[in-house]
Amino acid sequence: MSESLDESSRPRRSKLTAASLAVRSGRETLSVELALTLFRHMVRTRALEERAIKMSKSGEAYFWIGGPGEEAFNVCLGLQVHKGAGPAHDYLHLHYRSLGILLAMGMPMVDHVRQLAMTATDPFSRGRNFVGHYAIPAWNVVPVTSVIEVQYLMAPGTALIQKRAGGDGLTVVNGGDAGTAEGDFESCLLWSNRPGNELPVLMIVTNNQYGISTPAKSQLGVRRIADRALAYDMKAETVDGNDPIASWHAIDRAMKYVRTERKPFLLEAMVSRLHGHSSSSGAQRNWSEADCVALFEQKLIDANAIDADQVRAMKAKAKEEADAAVVQATAEAKPTLEDVERLTYSASKVDAIYPNDYTGLPTQNSK
Amino acid sequence: MATLVQAVRLALHYGETHLGVSDIFGEDVGPPLGGVFTATQGLKTAWNSPLDERGIVGTAMGIAYAGGRPVCEIQFCDYAFNTLDLLKIAGNQRWASAGNFDMPIVLMTPSGSGIRGSLYHSHSFESWASRLAGWKIVMPSNALDAYGLMLSAIVDPNPVMVLLPKALLRVKGDKPIPGEPDDPDELARMIDAPVGDRSLWEPQWPDVGEYFVPLGSGVLRREGAAATVVSYGRTLPLCVQAADELGRDFGFTFDVIDLRSIFPYDWPMIAKSVAKTGRVLIVNEDTEVTNFGEHILRRIVDEHFYDLLAKPRLLMGKHVPGIGLNQVYEQNTVPQLPGIRDALRELAEERV
Repeated sequence: MSESLDESSRPRRSKLTAASLAVRSGRETLSVELALTLFRHMVRTRALEERAIKMSKSGEAYFWIGGPGEEAFNVCLGLQVHKGAGPAHDYLHLHYRSLGILLAMGMPMVDHVRQLAMTATDPFSRGRNFVGHYAIPAWNVVPVTSVIEVQYLMAPGTALIQKRAGGDGLTVVNGGDAGTAEGDFESCLLWSNRPGNELPVLMIVTNNQYGISTPAKSQLGVRRIADRALAYDMKAETVDGNDPIASWHAIDRAMKYVRTERKPFLLEAMVSRLHGHSSSSGAQRNWSEADCVALFEQKLIDANAIDADQVRAMKAKAKEEADAAVVQATAEAKPTLEDVERLTYSASKVDAIYPNDYTGLPTQNSK
Repeated sequence: MATLVQAVRLALHYGETHLGVSDIFGEDVGPPLGGVFTATQGLKTAWNSPLDERGIVGTAMGIAYAGGRPVCEIQFCDYAFNTLDLLKIAGNQRWASAGNFDMPIVLMTPSGSGIRGSLYHSHSFESWASRLAGWKIVMPSNALDAYGLMLSAIVDPNPVMVLLPKALLRVKGDKPIPGEPDDPDELARMIDAPVGDRSLWEPQWPDVGEYFVPLGSGVLRREGAAATVVSYGRTLPLCVQAADELGRDFGFTFDVIDLRSIFPYDWPMIAKSVAKTGRVLIVNEDTEVTNFGEHILRRIVDEHFYDLLAKPRLLMGKHVPGIGLNQVYEQNTVPQLPGIRDALRELAEERV
């Protein structure tokens, strides 16, 4: 699905005779080694998204939502996160188009598929939540919720503890353009910029210019979403999220600023939405939008950093990895009746009714 | 004896010095005011937030994710309605993440009528709150319980909402908080901020001790035979007074249950008492359509139908859009002493 319809029109061979050491976009460059790493994760992310869409169409899964079209930016972000547990590491308040971030951080594909397949082994929600709703304490990935924009309200809280703790840990929060209409987006700007109490929050908006079916330009009168930072004298930037080289450097600049200045930064990435909002709108490929994987592939070939055979092999390998994850996850155990009430409450020494976990309504034998 | 609001302050002081409370925050919670009801005066971790209830709840959740132990305040529960979806999320984080994340936050908010608060300082919240699965909801009716429930709310690793009955905040307790001075005036001198400039003021905290009221545990305020009364918050002392008067005047005695926890609620205590008396009145001041008391009534009917000697009753607030300022509104919208006394007497006298 990721191949262009008109393959013959694209050069499959570089005009350069020697391999480049760097790949360039405008004035910015990345080493070939890093560029290929980014590309590999982009290809893996695309392969898993496409396999996931297939599952939603085949009936193996009920619902798909994700981020095809955001691979370039999200992979660059995932590779620059300081991952770990606790305030010394970065906190991630994500929305449901963040697969590229997690795969780049090292999440195995099978975990993503487990949630999609609603298995008891789903490490994020035990088959309870939609796909892409991660929750990973070891990496400070707090639970993703379907509710739009509420993650922007929680980000100042983790950042506040990080600022108090010292160190250079920061809080990343991401969401889409449509969600910026919620007051919660403004709340994040406000709480991150309290005079004398500025917080290390990297606010990200991946702008795909749609909210489900509604074009952003029909609802958002702001000239540029990044301009919402102006009122707070807050640093902001808009970057082409389809360009991994530009995205890498924009994220690097933003993170360096937040880590050292301990102040917030608003980074807007212009991205594509290649399969619509979700499976609810059909998840058909939209061929009219720029495809960051195809664009970067061409750039790498032009730079003689990779050749067509290597690309083909990389894609085949990614597809195999995704297929294997599906085979594994779909064979695993499903939740049972006993799971319905489990893991509601944490054990409490001061609760007379539920000292351990929720067990249904209080009964005569509760105490 | 400490007042209920002083008890809350002492509990928060104990919480920030002994139980790891990291942040006590909300609108006007920090200095100079220390809370519109003075609940947070002099606390070392108290700070002022923007006037943004959704931001307050969200920030508390973030603080908890990062290992802090926040107590946040919504200034009046009347202003918590725009946070309902966040409260829902706070309640479902552990379940939704299959136990990956706890949500140890305390949200305290003054609730109910009784201060001539008109439309937006008189709402009740417990019926709304009782629908937030994953939360624990408590409502004290006296100072010592407020202290013990707040300490339990703080150490419980789940989200706990402490509803503070506005009408009782200034009422002195009849049992001492462990470690409070005998003389209430001395306590006031020690921990109440002076009127006027208080920039140099520092509280002198008494050496208060640990005291937990277990969540989900009610208490029998009166024991009797004629009927069972279940209540909490502002209406609880009125139920006690009504029971005492009916005992004095007519010899009727009542089991008066102070529920203290809305969820989990002390079903063993309710069930035992209803099985004994066969008659029950539930009293609260929330509005009467889809009222939390209706749930208790449903369970009584389901599980004790054949124990009942008279129809079970509920006394609640009227289903009207608000409580008006003129006292004719408040007196006739939410239960008051005469109405409770009449309902109790009628229940006790109903012939089988």
